[in-house]
Amino acid sequence: MKKPKPDLVPIPPGQDRRVPVIEPGYTFASVTDKIGQIVLTRRTPVFWFFGFGISFLLMMALLASIGMLLFRGVGIWGVNIPIGWGFAIINFVWWIGIGHAGTLISAILLLLRQEWRTSINRFAEAMTLFAVACAGLFPVLHMGRPWLAYWLLPYPNTMALWPQWRSPLVWDVFAVSTYATVSALFWYVGLIPDFATLRDRARRKGFQIVYGMLSLGWRGSAQHWHRYETAYLLLAGLATPLVISVHTVVSFDFTVAITPGWHSTIFPPYFVAGAIYAGFAMVLTLSIPLRKLYGLEDFITLRHLQNMGKIMLATGLIVGYGYMVEAFMGWYSGSPGELYVTLNRMLGPYAKAYWALILCNIVTPQTLWFRKVRSTPWILFLVAMVVNVGMWLERFVIVVTSLHRDFLPSSWGMYHGTFWDWATFIGTIGLFLSLLFLFLRFLPMISIFEMRTLVPEAEVREEP
Amino acid sequence: MSDGARETGNGEKPGTQSRPGLPVYPPPAAMPPPDPLEPQPEVLDFRALALRRADERGGRPWRSLEELANTPEFSAMLHRDENAVALDPSGVDRRDLFKYLGASFALAGLTACTRQPTEKIVPYVRQPEEIIPGGHPLTYATAMTLGGTATGLLIESHQGRPTKAEGNPLHPASLGASDVFSQASLYGLYDPDRSQTLLYLEEIRPWPAFLGAIHAAIEAERAGRGAGLRLLTETVCSPTLARQIQELLKALPEAKWVQWEPAGRHNAREGARLAFGEYVEAIPHFDRADVIVSLDADFLSSGPAFLRATRDFSSRRRVGADGAGLNRLYAVESTPANTGAKADHRLPLRAGEVEGFARQLAAAVGLGEAGAAGVGPSAPERVKFVAALAEDLAKHRGRSLIVAGDGQPPAVHALAHAMNAALGNVGATVEFAAPPEAQPSDQLADLSALASDMDAGRVRTLLILGGNPVFTAPADFRFGERLQKVGLRIHLSPHVDETSVACHWHIPEAHFLESWSDARAFDGTASIVQPLIAPLYGGRSAHEVLAATSTEPERSGYDVVRDTWRPFLGGADFEAAWRRALHDGVIPGTASVSKNVTARAVPAPAPAAPPASGGLEVIFRPDPMIHDGRFANNGWLQELPKPLTKLTWDNAAIVSPATAGRHSLAKEDVVRLTVGGRSVDAAVWIEPGHADDSVTVHFGYGRTRAGKFGTGAGFNAYAIRASGALWIAAGGQIVKTGATHPLACTQMHQNMEGRDIVRAANVADFVRDPQFAHRLTKSPEDGETMYPTYPSDTHAWAMAIDLNQCVGCNACVVACQAENNIPVVGKDQVRRGREMHWLRIDHYYGGEPANPQHYLQPVPCMHCEKAPCELVCPVEATVHSAEGLNDMVYNRCVGTRYCSNNCPYKVRRFNFYHYSTQFRAPSLQMLTNPDVTVRWRGVMEKCTYCVQRINRVKIDSEIGNRTIRDGEITTACAQACPANAIVFGDLSDPASRVAQMRKDPRTYALLEELGTRPRTTYLAQVRNPNPALPEPVRRDWPTSFREETGQL
Repeated sequence: MKKPKPDLVPIPPGQDRRVPVIEPGYTFASVTDKIGQIVLTRRTPVFWFFGFGISFLLMMALLASIGMLLFRGVGIWGVNIPIGWGFAIINFVWWIGIGHAGTLISAILLLLRQEWRTSINRFAEAMTLFAVACAGLFPVLHMGRPWLAYWLLPYPNTMALWPQWRSPLVWDVFAVSTYATVSALFWYVGLIPDFATLRDRARRKGFQIVYGMLSLGWRGSAQHWHRYETAYLLLAGLATPLVISVHTVVSFDFTVAITPGWHSTIFPPYFVAGAIYAGFAMVLTLSIPLRKLYGLEDFITLRHLQNMGKIMLATGLIVGYGYMVEAFMGWYSGSPGELYVTLNRMLGPYAKAYWALILCNIVTPQTLWFRKVRSTPWILFLVAMVVNVGMWLERFVIVVTSLHRDFLPSSWGMYHGTFWDWATFIGTIGLFLSLLFLFLRFLPMISIFEMRTLVPEAEVREEP
Repeated sequence: MSDGARETGNGEKPGTQSRPGLPVYPPPAAMPPPDPLEPQPEVLDFRALALRRADERGGRPWRSLEELANTPEFSAMLHRDENAVALDPSGVDRRDLFKYLGASFALAGLTACTRQPTEKIVPYVRQPEEIIPGGHPLTYATAMTLGGTATGLLIESHQGRPTKAEGNPLHPASLGASDVFSQASLYGLYDPDRSQTLLYLEEIRPWPAFLGAIHAAIEAERAGRGAGLRLLTETVCSPTLARQIQELLKALPEAKWVQWEPAGRHNAREGARLAFGEYVEAIPHFDRADVIVSLDADFLSSGPAFLRATRDFSSRRRVGADGAGLNRLYAVESTPANTGAKADHRLPLRAGEVEGFARQLAAAVGLGEAGAAGVGPSAPERVKFVAALAEDLAKHRGRSLIVAGDGQPPAVHALAHAMNAALGNVGATVEFAAPPEAQPSDQLADLSALASDMDAGRVRTLLILGGNPVFTAPADFRFGERLQKVGLRIHLSPHVDETSVACHWHIPEAHFLESWSDARAFDGTASIVQPLIAPLYGGRSAHEVLAATSTEPERSGYDVVRDTWRPFLGGADFEAAWRRALHDGVIPGTASVSKNVTARAVPAPAPAAPPASGGLEVIFRPDPMIHDGRFANNGWLQELPKPLTKLTWDNAAIVSPATAGRHSLAKEDVVRLTVGGRSVDAAVWIEPGHADDSVTVHFGYGRTRAGKFGTGAGFNAYAIRASGALWIAAGGQIVKTGATHPLACTQMHQNMEGRDIVRAANVADFVRDPQFAHRLTKSPEDGETMYPTYPSDTHAWAMAIDLNQCVGCNACVVACQAENNIPVVGKDQVRRGREMHWLRIDHYYGGEPANPQHYLQPVPCMHCEKAPCELVCPVEATVHSAEGLNDMVYNRCVGTRYCSNNCPYKVRRFNFYHYSTQFRAPSLQMLTNPDVTVRWRGVMEKCTYCVQRINRVKIDSEIGNRTIRDGEITTACAQACPANAIVFGDLSDPASRVAQMRKDPRTYALLEELGTRPRTTYLAQVRNPNPALPEPVRRDWPTSFREETGQL
């Protein structure tokens, strides 16, 4: 018999009308079993090998691309004068944007006591880390002499030179590295109780040792829990401003420059909103197939999907507002360069990219107004994919169309990614997915102990 | 012995070798056989002794040398050999023999140690006592010959390596300026693809082998008084070479000397003969002319003395506040060129219609009605143009000048001479003198005669000294094919080229910086061409090859040149005069005296050619950068953007937008261009301002044997260039083939988009409003900044560029490349927008696409006081110096390219690959300027204001405890500029030229509204149109967003 759609089930008045964040019928033990067995099972599912295999091949493409890049130089990419930044910076901003959702979900939603975050925060954080890892490659690789990237760090040296503090690229180094560090810490701290669970349940010696070491001697005592909660909350407090700051600083890479199309004060908020937008799109992109493949529909319920859809809608609208303000300012500034860049985006050689971006990022998400769309996983998946593409296009439009026609028409040029540009980009997707598959195989993708707080057993009742 | 060998190898048995007419070398004389009657002594050697000993010992071999030696036979043998030495019939004993032997060895050694004859070259030294060995480079005067005239040069030499060419200020054709060819000649010197060995049928031979061959050939010709000998040269302006040729012709009077210059001034020569009955050289004085009319003449970028013409012309484009003193240039032009771009009025006409226009104009300036006959109906616009022009000319009698282009038929030149005479310009703005060429001749007729002689088998020996006639001769001469009928073909050339492979002998030609010679400038002034370096590959000069035909085959070029000048510089003090001539780079008293000639009547118009219906006119022009093809392998010239089209690495079939529309052609389409039954496939380029129904092809490309860079680049326009239509061919057909050919252009967008980039006004508007350049945009006031100002107590380097004077000749671009070790990146990289030139010349159109106004603007680094690039560099690799330079620290650069993104002028260049070694053969490493760092992969670079030159002068001034004089420091671009458009100096010195120019009301800074406060500023253009022909200044141009501005 077909189960009626949860949304359509009449909900008695006075009750939470929403879909639950965990389907009924689970106990502490069953939650632990269900999540733990994914990691502790002896039989790795076939699709995992399939997925990891493809991802790994793509990662090898990344290695080949990087090898080629180091061997021949950045000339293998499509960058030129005037378009000094191309795929590398586009991909950097794209990945960093994707890396926003994890910390947002973990930290900000934690502070806001959004309990629905529980089942998605772990892999969203993992996704964040992996996305930041991918992002972090690009600023180094795009340099003409990547082996000297450490010169951007302030370290004492015989040259008695420090970085040039007015450059946003130096700010980037700090913003991104801080973000990566805090995200990693946050993720790891969150994992400690689960490592202990796995340690206790693992049958194989190797697993017991590795998880044992990773769990840092966690015994689950009340004191542990007390300190853990305090640390986690503090980290969440630390991470929260970072969510805002990282993409703000990334947007400074553009706004500090005087290039028309970049030199704009709307960038920081619009970049942050765009990042959250892209991040949730990626979480949806990953969680919808995962819950299906691992049978986790009970933990990642439609409630989660719906909420993420709503956030995407909200942030998508902010992004749309950003586009409108950009276009408006192009006209209102009275600067011929700004106006030209705006018109050139809409009418110039890259008009297709611009209108595709509008279609992907503004038009498509409007479907999220409909509950039907939000609660149908496959449609939501499609929308999320479209937004992923759209956000990449947004960065392409910002980076390329601003540079390719700036102040002096004599220097105008065109930009197209080369084979190696694409190989590097797709290669980082391979790296990302490879890391993700390894994560799925060896770490609990959903926080076990936090899920346990959601089951009815965890409810603390007054003694009758 | 060697003489004997040459005698025997003297062609006694011709025709026995595989190729007819080649000298035969007999095998070396064999040793005479031993006389059987002579009693032979018993021959006993060690082996025989050993065997005998073994026999004696019963088959056992001997065990030691002692055992072997201790025999009577051995001692007998020793004695015998001793006696053999003593048995000399002359009675010389052994001791004496050894004495003689020793003495002859010593003497033989002495001859080997003969000091090479001293050939002193004399440095051009400013202050000889300051020369620091290994420090300052030395500078030597020399001269470069191109197209039959010479330009005086000063070559900088670093420890024996010539590295940089500058103009010789004492030389009349240079006055200190230099052109792209002389700048790039250094690249030609070190070209790794230069021919390195003497070849006979593609096999390496020594020079004596050639001497033998040529001697034999000349001796063989003596019988027929040289009837079978032909000498083919380029236009000769070297007195020494001419003397040698005359001597050869005296010895062999039936021999013939043919000159062929594919881009030569045949029409000008014949035009002068048509007008005056003799060959004379017109010497225009553009500085004295108020009104200049160019009849399809690109006198600002080609021609015998275009540097001088540019200097003179530009001196009259300097404009004071009253607007007085400006000259006015009318250009009637088929192919847009620099001259038309600078014109106050430009009339696009098909090249074939220029003659009609000239006749119209001649009639209008009062040269009878003779002219009007050949002129058909013409557009009212043109009639108005002619009327206004004639009136303007009449108003400026004696102060006007009419010049005709080399591509125009002789009649146009004759008409120009007649008009100049009628307008009283002769003696005022134009003078006449004997041609600088050693022997002016009708080159085309001579070459034609040579071709038919070859065909008829009348040529037994052809000596080709320079040039590449197989490639450059008119297609209908079938030169390469007929060349095969010549018995002995000898070719002297710097590369193994198309002609070399068709010849028996190829002699590597020494570069002009490797050999002694002499040359005359346009006005006859002679210079000694002195070498800067010994031939890198043992090349020979034409003098040495000609000497080989004389009685002194090994006479060096040095001696030959000195022989020429000894009578002239003569007297007891020849050495001093010679040294003076070498030092100055000019020989005083050699300029030709002006001649009094009278122009004849206007020649009757040629029978009006029927207008080719539907057919296109094909215009042939030498390529502006690689000339007639000789510089095809010169990387600097190949990558130098052609003046208006900004194309590199290719030539193209250039058509007007209307013609392209009619044939539905787009840029890069490949078309089959057919004219006179010959066709060639060419890529199309659309050039606004080109005459309609006309297509320009530049010859020089399409080389098949040029070297790494030249081979295969572009298409061969010579393939459709026939002797009957050397410059203008009617009835061309153009058919799209459907293919495309990628072209590499450095400036895809030539539209200012209404921005205030090149500011221009007509002179009347300028006088009314001298501040016109500041009406639209304005720099922020001095105090309007949050950042501190830079210290004002030191030098403040700055540059001013007068756009009114710049003619866009590109000399600055290649001078910068030479000075600053800027690499060549290749066509593919140019197409990707990665050319490395630190200085570029932007070109914009304004007005109507059919006849646009042109705007040229050299753009080096602006050295902004508030530089956007410095702000964004994360590692302080680009920083500001106290003197206002925007310095680039290559060592520190990590290559984020952020500085380039944030540079509004886009003057920064990035080493995407390791360009500095990409095309760097070992020989090219000698080209580098040791004062400038060679940049490596992943590093940003840009114009430094030639900081190495600044520092050198600063050090010198500090050592001398003196201040730096204005003009003492000059950048490479400013030094090369023939127009004097670029001025560099110290702003903190209020008397400096650059500080004075900054005060000019025309001064503006590019994109000054951004608040970057550039140190490089521009002086706005002021045009001087005829009030009767209103020509508003228009910088607008239709905008198309869709137009792609890049290739890829």
